[in-house]
Amino acid sequence: MSLLQVEAVTRRFGGLSAVDNVSFGIEPGQVSAIIGPNGAGKTTLFNLVSGFLAPDSGRIHFDGSDITARAPHLIAARGIVRTFQLVQLFPDLTAHQNVEAGCHLRGGGGVWAALARTAKARRELDEAAEAARDLLSFVGLDARADVPASALPYGQQRLLEVARALAAAPKLLLLDEPAAGLNAVETEHLAQVIRAIIGRGITVLLIEHDMHFVMKLAAHIVVLDFGRKIAEGTPDQVQNSPAVLEAYLGGVDAGGVEAGGVDAGGVDAGGVDAGGVDANGVAAGSAEPAPEATRA
Amino acid sequence: MAGFKLSGIAATLCWLAGAVLVGYAFVSGGYLVTVLGFAALYAIFVTGLNFFMGYTGQVSFGQNAFAAIGGYTSAVLTTAFKWPVFAAMPLGIAAAALLALLIGYPTLRLRGHYLAMATLALGMIVQEIAVQWDSVTMGYTGIAAIPPLGAFGWELPHERAQLAALLAALALAVWISSRLKHSRIGHALAAIAGSEDAARALGIDVARYKLIAFVIAAVYAALAGSLFAHTVGFVSPEVFGLHMVVLGFTMLYVGGIGSVYGPLIGALIISLLPETFRSFKDYQDLAYGAALIVILIYAPKGLSSLATLWRARRAAAVKREGA
Repeated sequence: MSLLQVEAVTRRFGGLSAVDNVSFGIEPGQVSAIIGPNGAGKTTLFNLVSGFLAPDSGRIHFDGSDITARAPHLIAARGIVRTFQLVQLFPDLTAHQNVEAGCHLRGGGGVWAALARTAKARRELDEAAEAARDLLSFVGLDARADVPASALPYGQQRLLEVARALAAAPKLLLLDEPAAGLNAVETEHLAQVIRAIIGRGITVLLIEHDMHFVMKLAAHIVVLDFGRKIAEGTPDQVQNSPAVLEAYLGGVDAGGVEAGGVDAGGVDAGGVDAGGVDANGVAAGSAEPAPEATRA
Repeated sequence: MAGFKLSGIAATLCWLAGAVLVGYAFVSGGYLVTVLGFAALYAIFVTGLNFFMGYTGQVSFGQNAFAAIGGYTSAVLTTAFKWPVFAAMPLGIAAAALLALLIGYPTLRLRGHYLAMATLALGMIVQEIAVQWDSVTMGYTGIAAIPPLGAFGWELPHERAQLAALLAALALAVWISSRLKHSRIGHALAAIAGSEDAARALGIDVARYKLIAFVIAAVYAALAGSLFAHTVGFVSPEVFGLHMVVLGFTMLYVGGIGSVYGPLIGALIISLLPETFRSFKDYQDLAYGAALIVILIYAPKGLSSLATLWRARRAAAVKREGA
């Protein structure tokens, strides 16, 4: 039984089908990935699964219940927590406070509990602080706990966003291009963190452009192109799929392909590569149709 | 926003200075009591504003509407209908809370300057009602002879006792602000201030928490408005005009937006500044304006952040010398 089941989901923007009749299942306990050229509809798909967008048709099931078009905070409460392609930290809060604020779903107190500072409310605050310390050390940021998030270098901001997402106690963690903008050392560290997340019994679904990263980590890959699913399977199956090679190579200089496999950096001309995302999280030249449609 | 708070010696000195000032007012009486009472009223108003603008990172230009509802409800009920003060005040506050709920539900979906425009309109509409609804509000003339604070036929005897009551109300207001800031709710509000999308993704019901902050801010504003009516004994549309919003904003930013004690410091400084510059005569407004600019240049996060700022500078200097 799949943890996440996406069934014939379609989302159009004007005349363009950003996600077109896509179906797939995500098995628990492993890393899965969604790949595809820029504009393939990957982030739109994430927005649909996490409730930031509603599909025009199709259903999404998670952990035995229908979550189609539910509000994002309700989907998060069910156990799907996402990160963002453009890092969305709480810039004025310290790293510790960011993760603490992420512990919202672990508690339950309202205004009166806060005013009376009941034993339960006190315990929740203590537990949130404790969880924040744990999670910061889990991603290797324990030494940066008191630094404002905005003052952290970009690679650490990415890790902090992962730690904060874990604070919401997800069953399924959605990572939107977690390695974008990271150097080789940081990328390797991130891979270790993701393996450790699996080790904690949390399922990971990620969008990624760094093919080496994906092929190394993911057990299951879904390939999108122009909103449609063109392939699905193990890294080997996907890399040898004619449809995938066509999508990545069609009309693009073959210099993008290296002996080891498909290198995304060479394919999406001017797309999101290490240089395409700067420290402020501004993606250059992303061709995703309305990638963050909910941001006004 | 980050917990910039006064700490250590600086904080102690500030509290001491405040205590001396209040103590002196109680001994000397007179005009200083009036100024401090005014500062306390505004400190309550701005502490409420801080929930919505500081903790939650939203904008409202319409908080004067809720102050007007608190003030006018108190004024009308205690004069025309001869209600006791202790019954009129809660009703005014409840009315403001209800209006905030009704107005906030649809408008809090708006972001940034759209929300600012909607709240600005709210303030103007309520003020216009105060002007036009002559039979109840007496229009521009206003309502005078509002009874002072008191209960069961007993009234607070003089201005010093009134000041003591205002300070007690302020202490309670600040205590609640501090409690809520350092709670699960305060964390959720800080998350919304940081990034609404991230807050949603982490399971925070953004619309609900914005509404909570808006209603709390309205309750504070109504309390301040009602206390004003019973302290000054007079309300008119001008009292709750746009001037109140501008003054509230100035206090919030000068004191330190997002900090628990910022509104307190801001309200006190902004109430005292014009008096300080009284000897400048014709140049009083000029000196006042210049002082504000200097404060906001050297303490951009408000006076309450000065201690933190100073420590950070010193740490940086020590680091440079060590290198």
